[in-house]
Amino acid sequence: MPHDGHDHTDPPPELALRVKALESLLIEKGLVDSEALDVIIDTYEHKVGPRNGALVVAKAWTDPEYKKLLMSDATAAVEGLGYFGRQGEHLQVVENSDQVHNLVVCTLCSCYPWTVLGLPPVWYKSAPYRSRAVSDPRAVLAEFGTVLDDGVKIQVWDSTSEVRYLVLPQRPAGTDGWNEEDLMALVSRNSMIGVELARIPEVAAS
Amino acid sequence: MNGGHDLGGMHGLGPINPEAENEEPVFHSDWEKRVFAITLATGMLGKWNIDQSRHARERQHPVEYIRNSYYENWLVGLETLLLESDLVTSEELASLQIDPRHDTAKTVRVPGPQDVPKILKKGGPATMDTDTEPVYGPGVPVSVVNHNPAGHTRAPRYARGHKGVINAYRGFHVFPDKSAHNDHQGAHIYSVRFSAKSLWGDGASDGEDVFIDLWEPHLEPVAL
Repeated sequence: MPHDGHDHTDPPPELALRVKALESLLIEKGLVDSEALDVIIDTYEHKVGPRNGALVVAKAWTDPEYKKLLMSDATAAVEGLGYFGRQGEHLQVVENSDQVHNLVVCTLCSCYPWTVLGLPPVWYKSAPYRSRAVSDPRAVLAEFGTVLDDGVKIQVWDSTSEVRYLVLPQRPAGTDGWNEEDLMALVSRNSMIGVELARIPEVAAS
Repeated sequence: MNGGHDLGGMHGLGPINPEAENEEPVFHSDWEKRVFAITLATGMLGKWNIDQSRHARERQHPVEYIRNSYYENWLVGLETLLLESDLVTSEELASLQIDPRHDTAKTVRVPGPQDVPKILKKGGPATMDTDTEPVYGPGVPVSVVNHNPAGHTRAPRYARGHKGVINAYRGFHVFPDKSAHNDHQGAHIYSVRFSAKSLWGDGASDGEDVFIDLWEPHLEPVAL
């Protein structure tokens, strides 16, 4: 029910009431614990998010041994940083290069690597993205302002299984000698889904 | 099932119109947070698996599925799961009043706030043990079976009947097409590469490939 051009909206008041009533019913029945719900929300609002993925990428850019492990066993490489759990049990990293650009989608639902990126943005779960990422990826990228050279091959990963995909973007030029923390600022969430490239230093600074 | 959720290749659904990354909140309203959390918390009761929860959302009328916002679809799925697992009766859901005779809390262990971080951290790996060997190896050409089951499947419509090449073996995982119907079976799983031209025809670009994770029962060998 988009009304502002996005695939979300202020809820009709009856929807918010229905959810409240359902929660009360389940609490009264003893089937959920209200404080447990708060912990779940806090985890995904404040603890698990794309900073995790940005650290993985910055490490891969600066530490060849870590990158080797990440490309051969991403689940273990990411767990080594303390990130493991729901929707990240089987991770696969796909690497961008001058020749290849990777893009991740879930056409059937909303599969997404929660442990390294948190919960997916609205657009990732929306019908427009899910329908066209597989059939017209160049046009999809253009909607994010991403234009690749004609010679760059696009690989689209449709997340149909419990394997979760993370894109390793290319390290921007002009970042030689940068430390992990500074590099992380260049690694946007969108670059790890593959709809954008990593930020270039001048832009990130402005 | 050929439902409203199987969106790959559809036209006419409009622009993506993404919110700016640094401006988008994790949730857009309180009710979304609650639906998300209730879905995860009731999932921890062990009455259904992830494939059943996906199937509960996708069984809606396609028009509803596409029209609803994301968490509205979660809410619909949640209500379906609560009813089908008999945790809640249809009368309770309609009246939003509990029926004291229907005491289902004693059939489950309800996680408290201290249990949640451990459960989320533990996750739920999809791998299973097997004595069987995968039939296909990397580089082997395959085609996707042309099946149209009324139940759940993770072989998207746009790939069925099309030829691809095994990209990589991914292991022996729970097979959702069965698991969604409470039949806990596994199957070998592969990443399969399809050229855009093989999926979408001559109008597609030469420089694009689509990789789909498919289970062995979704695949059949093709002659070179």
